[in-house]
Amino acid sequence: MTTEKIDFAVIGAGPAGMAAATLAAELGLDTVLIDEQDAPGGQIYRGVERAQDNSPLGADYLAGKPLAAALRASGATYLPATTVWHIDPDGTLSLISAAGARTLRARRILIATGAIERPVPIPGWTLPGVMTAGAAQIMLKSAGLVPTGRVVLAGQGPLIWLVAAQLIRAGAPPALILETTSLGNYHFAAHRLPAVLWPSRRALAKGIGFIGEVKRAGIPIIHRVTGLAARGRDHLETAVWNGCETQADLLLLHEGVIPNTQISLALQLEHRWDVGQLCWRPVADEWGATALSTISVAGDGGGIAGAEAAALSGRLAALDAASFLDKIDPAERDRRARPVHRALKREQAIRPFLDALYRPAPAVLVPADEVIACRCEEVAVVQIRRAARLGAQGPNQAKAFTRCGMGPCQGRICGSIVSAVMADTLGRPIAAVGTYRPRAPYKPITLGALAGFEHPEGLSEALTGAVGGA
Amino acid sequence: MSLFRKVSEPAAAKAGVIVTVEGRDVPVPEGASAAAAVLLAGSDAIRETGVSGAPRAPYCMMGVCFDCLAEIDGIPNRQSCMVTVAPGMVIRRQHGKRTVDTAVAAE
Repeated sequence: MTTEKIDFAVIGAGPAGMAAATLAAELGLDTVLIDEQDAPGGQIYRGVERAQDNSPLGADYLAGKPLAAALRASGATYLPATTVWHIDPDGTLSLISAAGARTLRARRILIATGAIERPVPIPGWTLPGVMTAGAAQIMLKSAGLVPTGRVVLAGQGPLIWLVAAQLIRAGAPPALILETTSLGNYHFAAHRLPAVLWPSRRALAKGIGFIGEVKRAGIPIIHRVTGLAARGRDHLETAVWNGCETQADLLLLHEGVIPNTQISLALQLEHRWDVGQLCWRPVADEWGATALSTISVAGDGGGIAGAEAAALSGRLAALDAASFLDKIDPAERDRRARPVHRALKREQAIRPFLDALYRPAPAVLVPADEVIACRCEEVAVVQIRRAARLGAQGPNQAKAFTRCGMGPCQGRICGSIVSAVMADTLGRPIAAVGTYRPRAPYKPITLGALAGFEHPEGLSEALTGAVGGA
Repeated sequence: MSLFRKVSEPAAAKAGVIVTVEGRDVPVPEGASAAAAVLLAGSDAIRETGVSGAPRAPYCMMGVCFDCLAEIDGIPNRQSCMVTVAPGMVIRRQHGKRTVDTAVAAE
């Protein structure tokens, strides 16, 4: 097996990846789009190609259809159901799919791996019957499935209202909404409202529309909820807050989304702690280009701004790749990018307001001592604190003390929690404490798959290189 | 009790596929994941953790949390939320850590 050489590899077929691959192919780049799912759309537009025009998911969801159609019609090679399990800074990607293992070498790689839901570590969050709000939405998008029984939606953020509205339209309204937005957040956000009122009027109107839809449906909403917990023996039985309690079959949690930084962290790109969005984000320029000339980032994986902004940032990254690879000159890149930059600025305008309004409470980042931080290895917050007091200086040392972050999810879920708990215990800023350095394989792969990997140089490089660093 | 059901509108009532969850045939909509099949089957849990044996069910449904690890068509540790159902797929609950079949390994 030889390593196929291409111009541009895009990882992730969400809005950023679809838009980037489509434009790059149009600009004459030999482009490959790699995605784990078997159809384009990412999480936000998951299953969109099969969606009916009257879908309960709404018009914003259906906006993904033309993006997917454009990708299908483009000259980009689309590799669905394929996992990237290693990237070398020289541009070599190790892929695995049902067809076997292969490598590609790209002159520029775009990481468009989107967002993950921020973990909501409350007591009992590992119980069956506790899921994320996004998970329920994915059930609806991918298979037309809605929850049964008594559903409680808890947390905050635009997705809470969107999911509630979608479930109402699909005939499965939630029984109760527990909103965690604090009074302080309302005050803080109010100061930012005048600045976004006009530029973001459409987005604001849409959000108010969803809230109205939920209120008209008569769903009880409890505001300023704190002390949220899930209780039950082998599965969820009750949701608890502020000394109140309600029976629940399904508790859907949501506290916003954060960038999926698994690959950018593994590549040891510089990341900064974003104090506005309370998350790590890779350092990149206005084109998404990073300090590594082979690697760029677009979409929510570079910082949370939503689906429309993601598609725009994907186009900027494609223009920059075309310029970097001499398909267009920098002047043409800049000329073509001007309206895209302007549109992106408009899309991003609402973020400071939303980030302030839906800023997670301190307990979301630093939960109570008894709460499980690492779901995989079942490590409680108190154990992370103890490790910090025993001398662990950061999350990577905490792994050695407690096994946190060493389970199958490779720290995807507990990463931000462990950073925040250690910072809190050590009395240092999160930025100084740092975060996990994930390693390849980015997703667990079988020995059988590796055995079929007929590329010994790539393999040894991947394995020795991966275990080298911090 | 199943935690999820099909949307009752006709658009979603398309032909499904039959998969086996813990030995029981379950009809699931096309395009659903194996994790969704387990939730439809009404299973309380999809696995028991390798550390304490605690029951777990799918949490994120988007390939992040790995709490939906299950045995699919004889292969353990599959991320069931990332596997689309196919007719005749056999999905089994995973108890603790996966083990290596030493008889096969010795061959």
